[in-house]
Amino acid sequence: MTTTTAPLLSVRGVVKRFPGVTALGGVDFDVRAGEVHCLLGQNGAGKSTLIKVLSGAHRPDDGEIRWQGEVVSFDNPTAAMRSGVAAIYQELDLVAGLSVADNVFLGHELSTAGFTRRAEVHRRTRALLDRLGHPDIPPDRDVGRLSAANQQIVSMARALSRDGRLLIMDEPSAVLDQDEVRTLFRVIRELTAQGVAIVYISHRMEEIREIGDRVTVLKDGRTVATGLPARETRTADLIRLMTGRDVAYDFPPREPFDPTAPEVLVVRGLAAGGRFSGVDLTVRAGEVVGLAGLVGSGRSEILEAVYGARKPTAGTVEVDGRRLRRGSVGAAVRAGVGLCPEERKSQGLLLDQSVYRNITVSTLSAFSRFGFLDNGAERARSRELTTALDVRPTGVDRAVRTLSGGNQQKVVLARWLLRECRVLLLDEPTRGVDVGARSEIYELIRDLSARGVAVVVVSSEVEEVLGLADRVLVVREGRVVHEGPAQELDEHRVLDLVMEGTAA
Amino acid sequence: MSEKTAATTTAGPPTVNRANRGVSALLGSAAGRNTGLVVALVLLCVVGVATAGDRFADVDNVLTILRLASVIGVVSVGMTFVITGGGIDLSVGAIVALSSVWATTLATQAMANDAHWLVIVFAALAVGAGCGVVNGLLIAYGRIVAFIATLAMLAAARGLAEIISNRKTQIVNVPGFTAFFDASVLGVPVLVVIFALVAVVGWVVLNRTTFGRRTFAVGGNPEAARLAGIDVRRHTVLLYTLLGVCCGIAAIMLVARTTTGSSTHGGLYELDAIAAVVIGGTLLSGGRGTIAGTVFGVLIFTTLSNVFTLNNLSISAQAVAKGAIIVVAVLLQQRLARRSGA
Repeated sequence: MTTTTAPLLSVRGVVKRFPGVTALGGVDFDVRAGEVHCLLGQNGAGKSTLIKVLSGAHRPDDGEIRWQGEVVSFDNPTAAMRSGVAAIYQELDLVAGLSVADNVFLGHELSTAGFTRRAEVHRRTRALLDRLGHPDIPPDRDVGRLSAANQQIVSMARALSRDGRLLIMDEPSAVLDQDEVRTLFRVIRELTAQGVAIVYISHRMEEIREIGDRVTVLKDGRTVATGLPARETRTADLIRLMTGRDVAYDFPPREPFDPTAPEVLVVRGLAAGGRFSGVDLTVRAGEVVGLAGLVGSGRSEILEAVYGARKPTAGTVEVDGRRLRRGSVGAAVRAGVGLCPEERKSQGLLLDQSVYRNITVSTLSAFSRFGFLDNGAERARSRELTTALDVRPTGVDRAVRTLSGGNQQKVVLARWLLRECRVLLLDEPTRGVDVGARSEIYELIRDLSARGVAVVVVSSEVEEVLGLADRVLVVREGRVVHEGPAQELDEHRVLDLVMEGTAA
Repeated sequence: MSEKTAATTTAGPPTVNRANRGVSALLGSAAGRNTGLVVALVLLCVVGVATAGDRFADVDNVLTILRLASVIGVVSVGMTFVITGGGIDLSVGAIVALSSVWATTLATQAMANDAHWLVIVFAALAVGAGCGVVNGLLIAYGRIVAFIATLAMLAAARGLAEIISNRKTQIVNVPGFTAFFDASVLGVPVLVVIFALVAVVGWVVLNRTTFGRRTFAVGGNPEAARLAGIDVRRHTVLLYTLLGVCCGIAAIMLVARTTTGSSTHGGLYELDAIAAVVIGGTLLSGGRGTIAGTVFGVLIFTTLSNVFTLNNLSISAQAVAKGAIIVVAVLLQQRLARRSGA
């Protein structure tokens, strides 16, 4: 790329705030026509918010976006698309059940007096697919029956059908196998040769080396470096830029953990068809074990299988020496296992119901006699717990929906505190939780382990895993690739294990 | 490290409009919703008195309204459970018909006369429960959408009722049975007493027992309920079985009131029951339900029919009014839900 090209897109000082969180605190970068610009950053660095701002899904609170030199404000995704900016999301936004051609022209159907011009739509779709190097995809095929890779191509065709000049691709390789990634890269090269610019987001270093031109690194919602040459910048430098945090997390002091404590959770040879295999995991009373790994590495699936929410194809789970029935949540809960799921809102909470009902839902039998519930006792116990955990605003009859993310997470934790469980599985316990509530949750986790609960923490944030856990397991592509005491690891080492050598 | 993670991070808590909280707390609460229903019922009664005067305000007429409300009321209480639990049942009318026919076959009646009239009661309850179990199993374990599974039951159960009865009305000739259900307790007909009992028991079970609490959980967020350790599938079967039993009870009441069993019994009960439940304030998508609201819903519809009939208005006009009421009630409900910041 010649450096004299005027930027196609120029972002200056973009700020985006949400209630309680500043997601973007000043982002600057330029994208030139015909380049592949990589965005790099840890979880929560603000990449997805940035994509949404660029593609018109969010409006920035401050800052300036220039498109071909002119200040623009994309009020909605359609406005952005009209200008030629399109985002291709990780979860593809295609309508299964409609044909390829219908999906490509969804929202700007070609029609005459309300009647679709089918022949024209097919002809143009075919032309777009040709341009993307995929004449093999039939325009009349149901999109739901295409492979993930081909669906991505259809998404790109849709962007190009609107005369896309800038495509934002959010971890496109995450759902692809090696051959498909190679094809994708060929398509990207052809597009850039035609002057289309690509903003490419990936965690895989070797991909960025292969396809990227320049790199911008985000950290805590700010640009920390921009315009770095993708091929020449050292991996160590990039990782340092990504990790040097401003936000200091408060990890409460670690009580020395007793290595002779009894083994509470013993997992042997756990496997689930294709997602993960050969997982051995032993957690002693009072121990905190961290699972580090990328999304899709199988870490959440491992927790689900231990909990019985996902049926394993092989292996055993024992709690206090007793083997649990495979794939039975009921058996796990009865044995004293609790799970705080990854998607708190969709998997963890009854959003429209009151705080106390959410807390007691797993312990109803303790509050009932012959099936009749003692609401007063439920409320009283819940009040004790919410006071102890400092859930705000107070009031156990309030609908959980009205609480902030951190307080919602405390409600889920209170559920398992109430049950006095032996094993607590935490999947991304601080996702969507602001900094203040974070340290409270960390303290709570420490508290629990001090009381002899065996804790397993999954987190995308390496710092969190290292700060909380006594022992760390690194999961990559469904296998445990490293196991060792947390003290012997640092963020760089873990990121290396998690990212480098991830086969593309 | 998915981008979704960051997205959730930044989504933040929903903001609550504080100024509206006082008002919405009142309007959104169960009491507030029921106030609306009470007002509607009172208005209907005022219209009744104004247009039909003594004929409406007569004790016998009021008892007629209640007796008519009782049968569909029992079905509606059961329906409240299923809808609160996130389901729907279109087969209730057909189950009532099948239960009424099975309980009044010559063979059953002969047994009842030989042994005890309770045979009829048990037969109807067993048939209702059986149909409910089948519905529940198909939905929970067969993973058939509730709408379709119960639609199939609707067709099959009514068909079976026609086969068994040979499309003939079966007259009940079991003196003990008829005498018991024709009686009154302190001037209140037994049918009405049964409805009241079912409603009270329903309220207690929904609001005061683990079963009821689980029903709210399963309807509100089945995945969260499952991960909290609730056996969602088993609970679903229980919910449809409970409704089946309610249909059995309704069949007994209908047989007693008409002294017949027939494959045409319970026509359109599914629509009447769902309508009563929905205008009562139970959320069709599950997770929120009220027995008191359902009872008022039933009373409103039955009183409406009565007022129309006393004024010699046609069944067709009643149907139009019913439709209008459903729309108005649901629109109001949505506005309340929005105001309560849900």
